[in-house]
Amino acid sequence: MSTATAEHHDHDDHHGPAKGWTRWLYTTNHKDIGTLYLLFSLVMFFIGGGMALIIRAELFQPGLQMVDPLFFNSMTTMHALVMIFGVVMPAFVGLANWMIPMMIGGPDMALPRLNNWSFWIMPFAFLLLLSTLFMEGGGPAGGWTLYAPLSLQGGDNLAFVIFAIHFMGISSVMGSINIVATIFNMRAPGMTLMKMPLFVWTWLITAYLLIAVIPVLAGAVTMLLTDRYFGTSFFSAAGGGDPVMFQHIFWFFGHPEVYILILPAFGIISSIIPTFARKPLFGYASMVYATASIAFLSFIVWAHHMFTVGMPLAGEMFFMFATMMISVPTGVKVFNWIATMWRGSMTFETPMLFAIGFLVMFTIGGLSGLMLAITPADIQYHDTYFVVAHFHYVLVPGAIYSIMAATYYWMPKWTGNMYDEKWGKIHFWVSTVFLNVLFFPMHFVGLAGMPRRIPDYSMQFADWNAVATIGAFGFGFSQLIFVYVVLKCMKGGEKATTEVWEGADGLEWTVPSPAPYHTFETPPPIR
Amino acid sequence: MSSPSTYYIPHEAKWPIVGSIALFAFFAGFAFLLNGGGWIIMALGAALLIYMMVRWFGDVITESENGTYSPQVDVSFRMAMMWFIFSEVMFFGAFFGALFYARVFSGPWLSGLGEGGAAATNAVLWSGFDYVWPTNGPAALGGEYAKMGWFGLPVINTLILLTSGVTCTIAHHAIKEGNRQKMVRWLLATVVLGFLFVGLQALEYWEAYSHLNLKLTTGIYGSTFFMLTGFHGFHVTMGAIILLVVMLRGTRKHFSATNHFAFEAAAWYWHFVDVVWLGLFIFVYIL
Repeated sequence: MSTATAEHHDHDDHHGPAKGWTRWLYTTNHKDIGTLYLLFSLVMFFIGGGMALIIRAELFQPGLQMVDPLFFNSMTTMHALVMIFGVVMPAFVGLANWMIPMMIGGPDMALPRLNNWSFWIMPFAFLLLLSTLFMEGGGPAGGWTLYAPLSLQGGDNLAFVIFAIHFMGISSVMGSINIVATIFNMRAPGMTLMKMPLFVWTWLITAYLLIAVIPVLAGAVTMLLTDRYFGTSFFSAAGGGDPVMFQHIFWFFGHPEVYILILPAFGIISSIIPTFARKPLFGYASMVYATASIAFLSFIVWAHHMFTVGMPLAGEMFFMFATMMISVPTGVKVFNWIATMWRGSMTFETPMLFAIGFLVMFTIGGLSGLMLAITPADIQYHDTYFVVAHFHYVLVPGAIYSIMAATYYWMPKWTGNMYDEKWGKIHFWVSTVFLNVLFFPMHFVGLAGMPRRIPDYSMQFADWNAVATIGAFGFGFSQLIFVYVVLKCMKGGEKATTEVWEGADGLEWTVPSPAPYHTFETPPPIR
Repeated sequence: MSSPSTYYIPHEAKWPIVGSIALFAFFAGFAFLLNGGGWIIMALGAALLIYMMVRWFGDVITESENGTYSPQVDVSFRMAMMWFIFSEVMFFGAFFGALFYARVFSGPWLSGLGEGGAAATNAVLWSGFDYVWPTNGPAALGGEYAKMGWFGLPVINTLILLTSGVTCTIAHHAIKEGNRQKMVRWLLATVVLGFLFVGLQALEYWEAYSHLNLKLTTGIYGSTFFMLTGFHGFHVTMGAIILLVVMLRGTRKHFSATNHFAFEAAAWYWHFVDVVWLGLFIFVYIL
């Protein structure tokens, strides 16, 4: 176990932040870097959201009216890449940066300079990715999964996209290594592993997933690169390779990636629900084991993304049952959250509203996932809007809602001011209504057979698509309320107390609000 | 874990942003090059990246030699290196996975073996294709070629790399006894063996291209052969450069019996490329 004392060496870090704009460029402070990550994520949220609105605008009516099909395809591709790699992952890393050192009683991240580099790669990587939209031939249009051979037949953008993925991968791996080293090496004395807040636990496991699978993605896209530009035949049957092999390697990365996008959310929800239920988390140890089980299972379910591609029957069966097994640890989590609320003295501030919204709507997404796991049924659902509905239910009211909840929950600690509770609640309700108007109809058109990633559709899907588009614009513009609340809270407002929330438990609530630039220069006592 | 008396927070860091700009120039320049553009931007990016690494590592070395770091920082460094090597293992895993998949599944399926549509695929698309590893596929991409045998250069290379692992370990024991001179001598042997390996690997490539007609474009066999051995060779080169830097630091009286993390990190890395080679030797050359 490590200790940390107030004594500093050889430089000026015990003063506040450096002066001037270069502070943000050169900073090694976990709070600064966390803020940068979160703001970057917010900007990308609106870029990715704008792309989604272009998609929904085109789908408002059957027929082609707004954009040409190639551009539509590049919008679906880019929307996914931006939302996954530019919004959800950086937001979680930003939260990890802000909260993990404070939660474990550590002074900062273990490798602060590496931390700076992890962040400052992101804007450049996205510059590389988004620049393809302005190139001759447009951006990548083969879907974010970059399936060969389709992705190999696009324009000049492929090399840029692949290098952008490598670039982001470097950031993710460095960031994850940093988080692992921080959690193992920077805990205050007495902060044993099984005393760590669940957000720390879930991030520890997420970091391992990232270190394990991001290099596999790097390998997969490198093979795409050499197939396209150097004449290898990994994914060409003519040379003895196999296009399906790309899907296997890609989804070996892709499925753990799905849990990378949700495990930290589980940690956030596990922090928020006990606070507003004023009860300790029900089944802490089982939560830890459930998270670890989900992470393990995530490595052996990848081919459920490929049920229609052609696999031996034994493979289909194995991946079906392995996938269904995930619902066991996930069920443990959902029941634990409900049991935490059972007979609690509940109040419904904005973070709790988002947490409960998460619980209800993530479960809807989880149940449609169970439907998709059934191989014979999936042959019907595959590549329809039902799949789109499924993963948007787990990602929007799942991952995105958890990030919103976390922001409302910890923002008083970050800024020292309470956010505007009234507008926070309005944000939640408006978002939740429009979100369901947007995504729920996708279940219907999907089951009726509407294929995804196509700019046009058959007449019978027209009504529900019009409804979904109205929901999309409502949801999109209601996020401006979030920006308003965040900016208002940054500027001022009612002063937050140290504890902020009446039922809050954890080391982050023992430091003043706003949290001082350097926290825990001496290790805090751990109960 | 460690229990330091001080916690070290590095001051402002200027090198990360330089590194980001360098990587951006390198990647964008590489993409321009692949699409028929010039190589200048890529070269500038690579040069800046190397400069950044020299300066950043230089700063870290200076701080380390000044005794700025606590034992806790040392532990963080160790963990970081360990998990970085693990990520490298997974990177090679992707390429080994491709090799196994191609050999166990793609090949037999293309020749009509296995359930489902394999027989039809063979009959309709590649009638008459008989799968034997190594293969350049039903279309015989790259034309007639010969397999790279395992006897000869690959065996010599295996012995060289295994020997270098031994010399590296002797050097490690030397520094643990505080014998810096001995460490430098044995590291020199390790580095020489490392570069010898890379040189022989280059000779093998020349052999493959000029005599065996075995090229990167020789179907899946050429793809997996050159990508696996190529990435491995690149890692050996990196490892040898890292060991060389450690050796040069040794000649400048860096490292002591208790403080030689850089040596250990380099040695771990070296053993990692060693183990990867054994996998390659078995699955790419022999089997």
